[in-house]
Amino acid sequence: MLSLRVPPTSFNFRRFHAGALERRWRLGRDSLLYFSHRRGTGLLGVRSAKSEMAPFTAAEEETLPEGLQRELMPKHVAVIMDGNGRWAKNKGLQPWDGHRAGVEALREIVELCGKWGIQVLTVFAFSTDNWIRPKIEIDFLLSLFERTLKSELETLAKNNVRISIIGDSSKLPKSLLKVINEVEEVTKNNTRLQLIVAVGYSGKYDVLQACRGIAQRVKDGEIKVEEIDERLIEQELETNCTEFPYPDLLIRTSGELRVSNFLLWQLAYTELFFAQELWPDFGRSGFIEALMSFQQRQRRFGGRKS
Amino acid sequence: MSGGVSQLLEQIHMFSRRCLFRVISMGPLPIHLAFIMDGNRRYAKKLGLEDGSGHKAGFSALMTMLQYCYELGIKYVTIYAFSIDNFRRKPEEVQSLMDLMLVKIKSLLDKESIVHEYGIRVYFIGNLGLLSDQVRAAAEEVMKATAENCRVVLLVCVAYNSTDEIVQAVKRSCMNNKADRDGERRIQLVDIEENMQMSVAPEPDILIRSSGETRLSNFLLWQTGSSQLFSPGALWPEIGLRHLVWAILNFQRSHSYLEKRKKQF
Repeated sequence: MLSLRVPPTSFNFRRFHAGALERRWRLGRDSLLYFSHRRGTGLLGVRSAKSEMAPFTAAEEETLPEGLQRELMPKHVAVIMDGNGRWAKNKGLQPWDGHRAGVEALREIVELCGKWGIQVLTVFAFSTDNWIRPKIEIDFLLSLFERTLKSELETLAKNNVRISIIGDSSKLPKSLLKVINEVEEVTKNNTRLQLIVAVGYSGKYDVLQACRGIAQRVKDGEIKVEEIDERLIEQELETNCTEFPYPDLLIRTSGELRVSNFLLWQLAYTELFFAQELWPDFGRSGFIEALMSFQQRQRRFGGRKS
Repeated sequence: MSGGVSQLLEQIHMFSRRCLFRVISMGPLPIHLAFIMDGNRRYAKKLGLEDGSGHKAGFSALMTMLQYCYELGIKYVTIYAFSIDNFRRKPEEVQSLMDLMLVKIKSLLDKESIVHEYGIRVYFIGNLGLLSDQVRAAAEEVMKATAENCRVVLLVCVAYNSTDEIVQAVKRSCMNNKADRDGERRIQLVDIEENMQMSVAPEPDILIRSSGETRLSNFLLWQTGSSQLFSPGALWPEIGLRHLVWAILNFQRSHSYLEKRKKQF
């Protein structure tokens, strides 16, 4: 039985201040999220249908939808969760509503990955390029991330999900770093699904930090320059936290046809799937379509199919 | 008589193409196009031709594409000619590809070749030590002979892997860092970038992979972070003007959206 050493204070109701606006957050057991704008534009309630992931166990492993084959399921799926802002704009909502809807969509995908035997799911939460966004939005995103981690920790631990965070942590607030360390520590022995969240991450940053690590080892005399090879770089990349660092499938939503500097090295042979839907709308059906497309592809890795 | 008709049709085709290019040039044009020329063997199989002819047809498709790029004024073109992974194919196929490459590389030295006609500077990017001495020598001769050209730059990736390119760049960065007297200085992104073989060109605006496969296959991983990816279903020898125009129009559409987003922040 896994004992959760999560201090009770971290589940307190919090008030979040951001500049001239006051936002009041309440994360209650009845799973309603409220967002009230101080200037009195009214209460905007966003009910999350399932703020807690439905528990799943090996015995309840869902049979795959028709058309999908278990032996062809990708081991590692990576997702660029693009389109939250546009989704909110289309609905006449604020960007933060889009991000919250994005968290709901992510819950659904994490659940499906756990049920369908996908072993690693990497999501691009926040890129190094995103630091140029307005401070209000950044503060909101990081605080949303912190709150989601805290509130989901128990469920994830129960469902045998391991969480790893990759990215440049130097710019992240201390409170978030504390939560991250806690969550990683508590879930480190879980084996069903590994959820890797890329925060403050970019592919070039990952290669750069690997290069710095290697340069230090060369300076210390541990390795010679001639010994530097692909395997060594692979070991130094932040995806060394998993047994399967190379995604089999990368999904990007919102119709953008680019990789945006996500997981550079690791995408060498990854099958790319570009979905038209915006991330909050990308649910089970979008995921099935991506998996079906993946299963139909012929992967040759530079060789030839005989 | 038929010769005159076909010549006339060719003139009309060229004229209408020039008009089309003039219209497209009203919008932003990509500076650098990269191509993964996939599907040559499937093309030969589809037409019931012998194995080698798929690659020959692929080469003519490449020449046509280069001509269009030149007419449009696109400055840099990169092609994925041969991957390090391709050495794992059957020895006969590898050998026939090497032979074809040797012939085609040597033909670039001819006075009438497209290289001199369009003022193309050619670079061969990759682990050239893996090639046979003949092919490597021919490649180096072409690079030297075209060093003064400046109208268009053609980068031919042969015996290339993006991960291999990154490993070489990391090695050089570590060597420089070790030799650096100022021991406190950390390696920066520019140090790695200037040691990449592809640093002679800016990052590609569009990456086009033929034959419908949507993956990078270890090509320009470092450089295509912001590139628009386009994967038409046509096999490489079937690639034509319409695919290029479609790719550029899509680029123009997303280019304006990206510029707007950049201005927002």
